[in-house]
Amino acid sequence: MAEATLRVFRGDSNNGKTIDYRVPVAPGMVVLDALHYIQGYLAPDLAVRWNCKAGKCGSCSAEVNGRPRLTCKTRMDELPQDQPITVLPMKSFPRIKDLVTDVSWNYRVNRKIPAFAPRSGVEWKISQLDVDRVQEFRKCIECFLCQDVCHVLREHDKKEQFAGPRFFVRIAGLEMHPLDAHNRAGLLKDQLGLGLCNITKCCTEVCPEEIRITDNAIIPLKERVVDEFYDPLTMFFRKIRGR
Amino acid sequence: MTTNYETREHDVLIIGAGGAGLRASLEALAQGASVGVVCKSLLGKAHTVMAEGGIAAAMANVDAADNWKTHFRDTMRGGKFLNNWRMAQLHAQESPDRVRELEQWGALFDRTENGDILQRAFGGHTFKRLCHVGDRTGLEMIRTLQDRGVQQGIDVYMECTVTRLLTDSGRVAGAFAYWRETGRLIVFKAKSIVIATGGIGKAWRITSNSWEYTGDGMALAYEAGAELMDMEFVQFHPTGMVWPPGVQGILVTEAVRGEGGILRNKAGERFMEKYDPKRMELSTRDVVARSIYTEVKEGRGTEHGGAYLDISHKPAEYVKKKLPSMYHQFKELADVDITKGPMEVGPTCHYMMGGIRVDAETTQSTILGLFAAGEAAAGLHGSNRLGGNSLSDLLVFGRRAGLFAAEYAKRASPASIDSVQIEQAEKELLAPFSSTGAESPYAIHRDLQEVMQNLVGIYRTKEDLQRALVELEKLKALAAKAGVEGSRLFNPGWHLSYDLRAMFIVSEAVTHSALARTESRGAHSRIDYPNLDTVWEKKHNIIVRESGAMKRRESPVEELPEELKRILAQD
Repeated sequence: MAEATLRVFRGDSNNGKTIDYRVPVAPGMVVLDALHYIQGYLAPDLAVRWNCKAGKCGSCSAEVNGRPRLTCKTRMDELPQDQPITVLPMKSFPRIKDLVTDVSWNYRVNRKIPAFAPRSGVEWKISQLDVDRVQEFRKCIECFLCQDVCHVLREHDKKEQFAGPRFFVRIAGLEMHPLDAHNRAGLLKDQLGLGLCNITKCCTEVCPEEIRITDNAIIPLKERVVDEFYDPLTMFFRKIRGR
Repeated sequence: MTTNYETREHDVLIIGAGGAGLRASLEALAQGASVGVVCKSLLGKAHTVMAEGGIAAAMANVDAADNWKTHFRDTMRGGKFLNNWRMAQLHAQESPDRVRELEQWGALFDRTENGDILQRAFGGHTFKRLCHVGDRTGLEMIRTLQDRGVQQGIDVYMECTVTRLLTDSGRVAGAFAYWRETGRLIVFKAKSIVIATGGIGKAWRITSNSWEYTGDGMALAYEAGAELMDMEFVQFHPTGMVWPPGVQGILVTEAVRGEGGILRNKAGERFMEKYDPKRMELSTRDVVARSIYTEVKEGRGTEHGGAYLDISHKPAEYVKKKLPSMYHQFKELADVDITKGPMEVGPTCHYMMGGIRVDAETTQSTILGLFAAGEAAAGLHGSNRLGGNSLSDLLVFGRRAGLFAAEYAKRASPASIDSVQIEQAEKELLAPFSSTGAESPYAIHRDLQEVMQNLVGIYRTKEDLQRALVELEKLKALAAKAGVEGSRLFNPGWHLSYDLRAMFIVSEAVTHSALARTESRGAHSRIDYPNLDTVWEKKHNIIVRESGAMKRRESPVEELPEELKRILAQD
């Protein structure tokens, strides 16, 4: 059987280095299979998060050969086999151990977002067309790869000012829900730092669910914020009404 | 020995954060209880996320003739009448309201032309009944519940594993757990506990289940003295992936057949004509799984030992719209374009019908203050579950568990925590670190999976089951000495060594029950007893711990009231 070398980060929040492991390669094998092989035969304490192993839960995120990916969907046969395959933890989050990072910040950001609130007296009839538009955002599996790759978080570490693509996707899903009554434009502008995104589209590129994060979620939300706060006519009326 | 743990206190502690656990937590909160939810993974990653096809609820949006009575009848027939009739009735009556509630909390289902929730056909359901979102219904459900829970302020203890229930003179007092990240210990004081930990599929080699499904909740309840019921009924889903090797067992949703998918053997024969000519591909899961198994066994299987499942006769755009994750799953993992050609599929261990014995109305187990809901509880599905009935189960009985656990907590006086139990639990949990055994927990797990796969699978015999019990004993002895490497910091080898303990308990319970039931019913098929048996029709197997050993008893199936008998008799 063919073999490959996995160069895996081993260590904790303070120290660490990559270690090479030789693993047999079976047809159709994915990187997560290789990590499981290492756990099962070579290093039983290798820390890896995973659940469904079918690209549906978003647990097994890591950086494979420098690219943020779900390891359960990364085929070994699409990577060059003549050199070691590097598997590193997501860089934007604090390391815990090996490939496991502390993603709790995401859960804290999520709490700031007002949940769905239906308009009063609404009739629960929705057309499929309206559903289709929102379902794109609801496909998100919270793998946090978009958060990992986003330079506002990755290079500039603006976690206090900026919610990140994942939560713009969530808010887009709420704002475009045909029956939702809330307005989250102020929150986006003042607390979640939507303006910091300069639409480089890195998030869209890494999304395993192929959500068009920048085009379909972030840009429409930016337009909403502009309409609400920077539209000259609205600004004028707001001024004369005193609010 | 130790005071080296943190303590948290809640009225209601919920173990498990899938559909049932989250629904229970929302209900308990609504009752004014203080609620803690403990889960082994991150929030939102539980196996509910993998549920694909839909939620069964007789809403009659597509087939106007549907109603709870038909849903009740389908459920009882699918379970070969071993179901708890009252659970089946409550489930059929309450699930439409539970679905509407989800929608009011923000879930967006696929729609009919009238703008109502769209419903699709599924195996064993007389009418189009499954409310769905393409083939990712579970994700929609868990995200809706999770976001509502976050908004309502549930306390979630993520990546935390409960290893022991603490009791006070026969009632629940709390739970002992450890943080997976740090290995530090935590004790929960609680007036009532809801177990919503899901199934046991990880004890088999070919399974759709993730690492979490090791039967923890059932083992916790069993060790606390609660009764387990119907443990012989393990559902093998007919369609898991069979190729390539790494993806073997991953679920292929029944929605493929619900949307018109056809099963064929290697000769191109539509073999369901032989096994169930009336319902064909939409027969119940037990029947379809055995049919595929038989085709393969008799030499009519595909190249990689499965059957062909074909949906490519439908327009490609339709397939991509209704089965998007199947399309991607096969394209990315198996190099198969399902809009152009067939998938290869075979049975995979999927779901546990048996579990903790509960009261139908309140979901309370045989231990005071201990409740159970969802896959961890027994009763609703009898000997075979219909597709779509699990998501509705989670909602209906999750809500009931939260409601009655909160009510119980309101009345209950504080229980006291016994430090001897805590010391014992700590000693057991940390034992692998001082073990000298060379055996790795991973190696033992692989052997356990082989035993269950080969000897306690779809078809069973007395000889195989007896051999399984002998093998399980040997492996248990090895596991008791298994050692772990490394520290307590996020150490999967150590985590597995505890999970193994739970897997051995449930595997033994399954095997004992399967050996006793000398008939074939639903998901339990005995080659040596191939027919239904009128005596066993009226009995449940009960597993309970007595004087430290596993004992099996029998308990009569509850008689249906006349009114429900009449519903069952209708066609």
